Amino acid sequence: MFIKEYISDIYHAVKSLLTGMKTTGGYFIRPGEIITQQYPENRADLNLSERFRGEVVMIHDENNEHACTGCTACELACPNATIKIITKFDVSPDGKKKKALDTFVYHLELCTMCNLCVEACPTDAIKMAQNFEHSVYDRSKLTKKLNQPGSKIREGVE
Amino acid sequence: MFSLEGLTNSLQQWLNAHFSSTWVLVIESLLVILLAITLFAILGLVLVLMERKVAAHMQIRLGPNRVGPMGMFQTTADTLKLIMKEGLTPDGADKFLFNLAPFVVMIVAMLLLAPIPFAQNFQIWDINIGVLFVSAVSSISVIGILMAGWASNNKYSLLGAMRSGAQIVSYELSAGLSIITIVVLTGSLQLSDIVSSQQNGWWIFKGHIPAFIAFVIFIIAVTAETNRAPFDMAEAESELTAGFHTEYSGMKFALFFLAEYINIFIVCAIGATLFLGGWMPLHIGNLEGFNHIMDYIPSSVWFFGKVFFLIFLIMWFRWTFPRLRIDQLLNLEWKYLLPISMLNLLLVTIMAIMGWHF
Amino acid sequence: MYTETQIVHNNTKTTVDGALDGTGEMVINVGPQHPATHGVLHLVITLNGETIKKLEPHLGYIHRSIEKMCESLSYRQFIYVTSRMDYLSSHINNHACALTVEKGLQLEIPPRAQVIRVLMDELTRIASHELWWGAMAMDLGAFTPFFYAFRERETITDIMEETCGARLTMNYMVPGGVMYDIHPNFQRRVKDFITLFKSKIDEYNDLVTGNIIFQNRMKGVGKLSAEDAISFGCTGPVARGSGVKSDIRKLFPYEVYDKVEFDEILETEGDSFARYMVRIREMHQSVRIIEQLIDNIPEGDFQAKTKAVLKLPKGEFYTRVETARGELGVYIVSEGGTTPYRIKFRSPGFSNLSALEHMVVGSKLGDLMATMGTLDLVIPDIDR
Repeated sequence: MFIKEYISDIYHAVKSLLTGMKTTGGYFIRPGEIITQQYPENRADLNLSERFRGEVVMIHDENNEHACTGCTACELACPNATIKIITKFDVSPDGKKKKALDTFVYHLELCTMCNLCVEACPTDAIKMAQNFEHSVYDRSKLTKKLNQPGSKIREGVE
Repeated sequence: MFSLEGLTNSLQQWLNAHFSSTWVLVIESLLVILLAITLFAILGLVLVLMERKVAAHMQIRLGPNRVGPMGMFQTTADTLKLIMKEGLTPDGADKFLFNLAPFVVMIVAMLLLAPIPFAQNFQIWDINIGVLFVSAVSSISVIGILMAGWASNNKYSLLGAMRSGAQIVSYELSAGLSIITIVVLTGSLQLSDIVSSQQNGWWIFKGHIPAFIAFVIFIIAVTAETNRAPFDMAEAESELTAGFHTEYSGMKFALFFLAEYINIFIVCAIGATLFLGGWMPLHIGNLEGFNHIMDYIPSSVWFFGKVFFLIFLIMWFRWTFPRLRIDQLLNLEWKYLLPISMLNLLLVTIMAIMGWHF
Repeated sequence: MYTETQIVHNNTKTTVDGALDGTGEMVINVGPQHPATHGVLHLVITLNGETIKKLEPHLGYIHRSIEKMCESLSYRQFIYVTSRMDYLSSHINNHACALTVEKGLQLEIPPRAQVIRVLMDELTRIASHELWWGAMAMDLGAFTPFFYAFRERETITDIMEETCGARLTMNYMVPGGVMYDIHPNFQRRVKDFITLFKSKIDEYNDLVTGNIIFQNRMKGVGKLSAEDAISFGCTGPVARGSGVKSDIRKLFPYEVYDKVEFDEILETEGDSFARYMVRIREMHQSVRIIEQLIDNIPEGDFQAKTKAVLKLPKGEFYTRVETARGELGVYIVSEGGTTPYRIKFRSPGFSNLSALEHMVVGSKLGDLMATMGTLDLVIPDIDR
């Protein structure tokens, strides 16, 4: 019957619309379900996973010593030429020349946080840090020197 | 009990005591103009904020919360920003019409404030053809939209304006028919008469099911008439970027934006006046105590409460439903709403003649 | 008033305002900056009133020559770049590349790594479909579903962040397995997600699937027959919505897909609603796969032993996987060196886009959004 179909059409249409409105209206009266995070305010209790890849840092211990031998494995592994290792020759007390790290240049602006350098490092000298707030007003600040001033290689790392 | 009526009466008496009758008229006109503009601005800001907050809570967000407590001054800041921005006129545009269009839309919205009874005996102009005036003036806004769409010399704007034209012209029919149902029941076009006829009960209750159907159709039709989602074909963000106001910027855009919200307020005010008793308090049968308590709430609070309830309903639609397609939109009007409202009008007429309503 | 300058476009004389002389038609550019194209897709549409007469996609706005870049990167390095093609299923892209390299090296992948890879793939698929669902509802003018979809997607990205270290471009697959073992919380959080997902999926149906306006917008729109789907090379949910069996996970099983139970979703109508339903039901199947595997991750290595420098033997290697959008093929030509001689990606988005004109000509402008939404286009995947 045409009229019956017409009315049942209207009934089902209105019913489907009301179901939708029930869903949104339900959320409107349940503000407890709001999932917005208030970012700058919640910085203190931001809980980032320890694996989160924010930037590459070099691990220094309390004696200001790192484990980087300057082998350039990370430089070779990097797909974007983010890392540049500058080496120098240290003269050991017994007069032998030894290759050592001079400057670990890290171009944060080129880095895609792919973790390949960390994977490639044979001595676990570098790792990924969780800091993600990288914005600066000057681009040159993104080029970083990762080894701290005056740091030297830890004894026994080959 | 606080009432706006006392305020206006004492003002009238004071003016009459100090000035000649011509000056009283001039001063009162100026006051009314000032009040209308203030109401326009305040309503725009409040409604935009309300929309954003309602949307946010339905979308499990917080909404604006940075400017002022609870983000209360967010819309004020936005308007200030828009005022300070450059009002661009595109190169190929018809400059006169392009700059005129937002004012046409705004003036129409302001004109419509005139016959609305905001509270007991608080009305700018109690014109005896109130309902007719409202439906006549509200259809002028489509001219502003068409003007904006044509003058922008932008294809998206043109498409939006054409859609809007088809839509508003169609939906005016069922909006008008559902208004007429109440006119039939009341026997008067004057808005103050319509309100006072609901002394013993609102029309939505007194008019049985036909009045309720008329109310539902009215809400659907005015949602379409104000170009609100799910009928926002004229703007249709994902299809026409911003529709007829794609090319507008700065204050001219803000006028369109505010006028949209004022229009929502006006249609909801008309809806509240016709179906929900305007400023009349809610009375239930013979519950004397309850009715007495209701009488203590000022009439302006009743009016604005009802209007904001309807506005909330329309916002609820917007943040729930997907948009219709243009041909479906016209199908809905011509195949469903118009036949139903015609039949409904017939029912109501019979009901009014036989005196079956309360 | 606009000037009457004549410009030549597609060999048809048009005025500046885009009206084609004497036909009543006008040319309108949807994109490259348009809310519905989700990126920099540029569609040149000839409209007659609201009806689409002709549609021509213009590509290349986000062409970054990923294939060429890969030629200068080693077999370990090039995998991360492919995350940037179809960024919503970056895991699966990486997976395809890793599989191709492993095929060349004839590496045996430890069972644990295989299961972890499949789990991650299915989580990515759900995340991608969630985003598509929200974005498509937004194309149709409903904004709210987008936020509901993102709530669930956020749970998945949190899981990814914990185990892989990143939320979108994970680079978790390496030749021989995965980069590191799953996080101790992984299994618990995935189970939590499944509980959440199952409790919220009804809401999706209430809000969007059952909605009368939505159904009217989707049903009978953007029809694509099975023959056309095959001849346009459509894959994934687009082909399956037309009833073409095209699930690579079933047809050419890789990893442990032949050991888990799941159904290939087929709808026969070939309209937008069919494609929509395919994706919605696929999410359920992905959950089914995850449920089977999450408690049965075998013990063992998560990575096979590989040499520090990988060299593929001289030859050609091709693998295909099922991404969230369809079939992704990776074709490597090796000259025996440390870098590929040539890499070609067969991306699902490109073929699916090519069917768009066929699907929308003759329908309304609003239908274009309803059809394009169900194609689930990711523009960087089309241009690469």
